Amino acid sequence: MSDMRYEAPRTLAAAVSLLAGAKGHARVLAGGTDLLIHMRAGRVEPELLVDIKGIPEMTSIVAEGGGFRFGAAVSSMELLEHEAFSKAWPGVTEAAGLIGSTQIKGRATVGGNLCNASPAADSVPALIAAGAVASIVGPDGRREARVEDIATGPGKTSLAKGEIVASFLLPPRPPRSGDAYLRFIPRTEMDIAVVGAGVNLTLDESGVCSEARVSLGAVAERALLVPDAAAALIGTRVDAEALERLGAAVSAACRPIDDKRGTKEYRIKVAGVMARRAAQIALDRAREKN
Amino acid sequence: MGKAHVTTTLNGNAVEFLCETRQTLLEILRDELHLTGTKEGCGTGDCGACSVTVDGRLMCSCLFLGVEAQGKSIQTIEGMAEGDKLHPLQRKFLEHAALQCGICTPGVLIAARSLLERNPDPTEEEVRYWLAGNLCRCTGYNKIVEAVLDAATEMRG
Repeated sequence: MSDMRYEAPRTLAAAVSLLAGAKGHARVLAGGTDLLIHMRAGRVEPELLVDIKGIPEMTSIVAEGGGFRFGAAVSSMELLEHEAFSKAWPGVTEAAGLIGSTQIKGRATVGGNLCNASPAADSVPALIAAGAVASIVGPDGRREARVEDIATGPGKTSLAKGEIVASFLLPPRPPRSGDAYLRFIPRTEMDIAVVGAGVNLTLDESGVCSEARVSLGAVAERALLVPDAAAALIGTRVDAEALERLGAAVSAACRPIDDKRGTKEYRIKVAGVMARRAAQIALDRAREKN
Repeated sequence: MGKAHVTTTLNGNAVEFLCETRQTLLEILRDELHLTGTKEGCGTGDCGACSVTVDGRLMCSCLFLGVEAQGKSIQTIEGMAEGDKLHPLQRKFLEHAALQCGICTPGVLIAARSLLERNPDPTEEEVRYWLAGNLCRCTGYNKIVEAVLDAATEMRG
């Protein structure tokens, strides 16, 4: 058992410098709900843990540019408890609220959910549908990336050594906008998604869908943005025919694996159903917000 | 490399301990501070037996490092009764026989208290969802839920 160093820097610059300068394996510690389990199982043996929960940008939820910026180390429970945020983004909030038990939600973070890079991460499709942009800080400074461009496969991300996802920016909400996230699991609580579907849409004054984004979880090696599914909604009143086309586009985009949670065929079919239902909820929410 | 020196507040009292980075708060509580009321079930955050609150937030102490406790306020089952006077939840658990083997009980009590602090009048469904991360292999949960609801009624006065 080797020594493991623990650091709790107060600034992003200090955190980046610790991670970039580490000789051995260094890991960011946010909620620890994945990392501590991997450590316990011996799957990772970090030389350095960088606890980023003392960094203000990473732990706050603030209004910015008419939208919201929230830190990558904000816990699911903090998002759920933030009234203005959960009112503006009910889909993102309900996705964060599906992650694990009360105990897990008190610790688990959206940044960790993204960077752990499980294809079944619940908050990721909701964030992708919302058009969230991650602000990433690294040895070469700060850059922005769309959430859909961060996870590349199970356990793998596009982040370079020393880079940290610091925060997420959610854009201003036009009137008549709604989002929703649905997950299919074979029970009512505490399970891993068989399929997840996030839909975010905006209606124009006549009730026609003017913008849409659709994202899927657990049906590919990473969460997918599905432009063809969004195209099935845009320009329509999100009626039964549009929802049917949405479902077909979603099923066509799936490339799932067979596992104990579900077969390929099952996931492909259920993804279409979940996306249709999520779109209906997003539509109802958009109609309530004139 | 030496151990970290951690200063924390435990059940209202200032406590100091030394710990290695890899030691969880659960290990510190049980093995270093000899507070064995907090139980280890799975060690992976699935069962809730090791539930504590940190700065008022319900967590699994097996998924929290001892070094992270620096400057925090931690509440464990040992701080629930006031001397010989049981907390209403503890009393109701006895009255309703809401426990059998008892391993899950400290975690369930801590979680239930955390619920009632936020929501003094929860529905049965709210109790069941809040306690979904506290597994009990004996009771079948009904008596636990009844005890929590009864304690909530009494505590509302």
